[in-house]
Amino acid sequence: MKRYPMTLAEKILAKKLNRPFVEAGELVEVPVDLTLANDITGPLAIKIFESTKIGKIFNPEKIVLVMDHFTPNKDIKSAEQVRICREFARKYGISHYYEGGNCGIEHALLPELGLVGPGDIVIGADSHTCTYGALGAFATGVGSTDLAAAWITGKIWFKVPESIKFVYYGKLKPWVTGKDLILYTIGDIGVDGALYKAMEFTGEVIKKLSMAERFTMANMAIEAGGKVGLIEADKRTLTYIKNRFKRAPLVLKADKKAKYVEIREYDVSKIEPVVALPHLPSNVKAVKDLSEKIFIDQVVIGSCTNGRLEDLAIAAKILKNRKVNSNVRCIIIPATPTIYYHALKKGYIRVFIEAGAIVSPPTCGPCLGGHMGILAKGEKAVATTNRNFVGRMGHPESEVYLAGPAVAAASAVLGYIATPEELGVK
Amino acid sequence: MDKIKGKVWKFGDNIDTDVIIPARYLNTTDPEELAKHCMEDADPEFSKKVNKGDIIVAGKNFGCGSSREHAPISIKACGIACVIAESFARIFYRNAFNTGLLILECPEAAKEAETGDELEIYPEEGKIINLTKNKTYITKPLPGFMKEILEDGGLIPHIMKKFKLQ
Repeated sequence: MKRYPMTLAEKILAKKLNRPFVEAGELVEVPVDLTLANDITGPLAIKIFESTKIGKIFNPEKIVLVMDHFTPNKDIKSAEQVRICREFARKYGISHYYEGGNCGIEHALLPELGLVGPGDIVIGADSHTCTYGALGAFATGVGSTDLAAAWITGKIWFKVPESIKFVYYGKLKPWVTGKDLILYTIGDIGVDGALYKAMEFTGEVIKKLSMAERFTMANMAIEAGGKVGLIEADKRTLTYIKNRFKRAPLVLKADKKAKYVEIREYDVSKIEPVVALPHLPSNVKAVKDLSEKIFIDQVVIGSCTNGRLEDLAIAAKILKNRKVNSNVRCIIIPATPTIYYHALKKGYIRVFIEAGAIVSPPTCGPCLGGHMGILAKGEKAVATTNRNFVGRMGHPESEVYLAGPAVAAASAVLGYIATPEELGVK
Repeated sequence: MDKIKGKVWKFGDNIDTDVIIPARYLNTTDPEELAKHCMEDADPEFSKKVNKGDIIVAGKNFGCGSSREHAPISIKACGIACVIAESFARIFYRNAFNTGLLILECPEAAKEAETGDELEIYPEEGKIINLTKNKTYITKPLPGFMKEILEDGGLIPHIMKKFKLQ
């Protein structure tokens, strides 16, 4: 049989279509394994779905609704949005509805619950749906109309994306994490550097990264304009999904001779802890190369990018027996109730409280300037989140500096943007 | 689709969805309410200044960031008839089609147009005429599949037509 070398993105799509191959550029309609909406995009999708009067969802088990953005509901309007979703879930028998004590940030929650796995096609009315690429799933963000249409048909159309391969090799420097790697990459290719394309992350460094760090990298593919950010499922992935994911995982690998529009290689031993300066995730600079001290008013450690237990562990290591600077509000947000629970058991929460940090319930909250930590005019924040656009965390004249949890925690103590090394943490 | 004639409002590269419609206003899906805050963090007076039929022209990667469909909805509801950009972020691109906001990718026209220029657009031919600069541009043709969606009046009518045939 003739072989058609394919990228990972092409392979997943071909497999789902039962075809020997697909090629970048062709339009395909694929069945979806899971669809996701939140308290912002859900109500709009529901309004659109109900307007059709079709009244039948293709499969209620394949719909997940997570009320995470304004939770705990910040005002009457947001509470009403959640009510719309809750009533919809009841009406159509949607069991994967999360609000209150079982609710966490969607892109940390879904993998944790085993709702997504390798080889899945996932669409979510949230741009960071690409996070599940870390499991080897073809997962991407769509709008509410695309989502409502998929609730009817169970399918979604895609243009098969061209792929860029990113190869990471070498030895990581101390305190350099997946967040630094992805920020460095976005700094290299720009915020539209992977526009419409699949990003495939590979190399010896990726193989050794924790699942948490892989999620962080895939999560920010959208910040380079990418359609998906893919990592091949391996032993580490299968260990992670064991006892979580109920379906049979579809483990696929890219072919050696697959066609990439570009291959970029990074020697990670040259990468330092970085920050992305306002107002683009691509304005990346090594912390040690900042020309002057940037004093800050707030630190946020959390979000779908960096709110996992491993991130909190790094923050706890730095904050242990130290105090948050008196000029800084340090807000720490475990991404899910389970992460919160384990952070409590491991003593991290105690460390945070003793350091003078604020521990928030799981919420997207300040990341999108929703609530639970909004910036005033002229205020500056270091955040482990994913976007630093104008007005993202509050006032249009406030500033967000993106970093990993190590830089964020060290900055919280020193009161200006710094690395843990400046603080003397080994 | 009818001819469009309107005045240009020019913006730069990487106009993100937080600028198009800040998240603090996403506790509603009402188009009229969203329209009031369209482009607010780039130009607080935008929604008051814009006239029905006007055109947004921008640089690269327009609509990057969040998947919020509230972005094209707010643009359409505040009276903008078309967005022309050098390129669009992919989720925004889909959302615009799905919600019936006309968008055209045309780097030359986008680069050369300035705020206040008058444009005439023939959507079906993909022709843009800058009347102020007396210049004509032709955009890339749409993929047939997307044309079908537009002809049916958006994704939902397209799906419903298919659904009824089954």
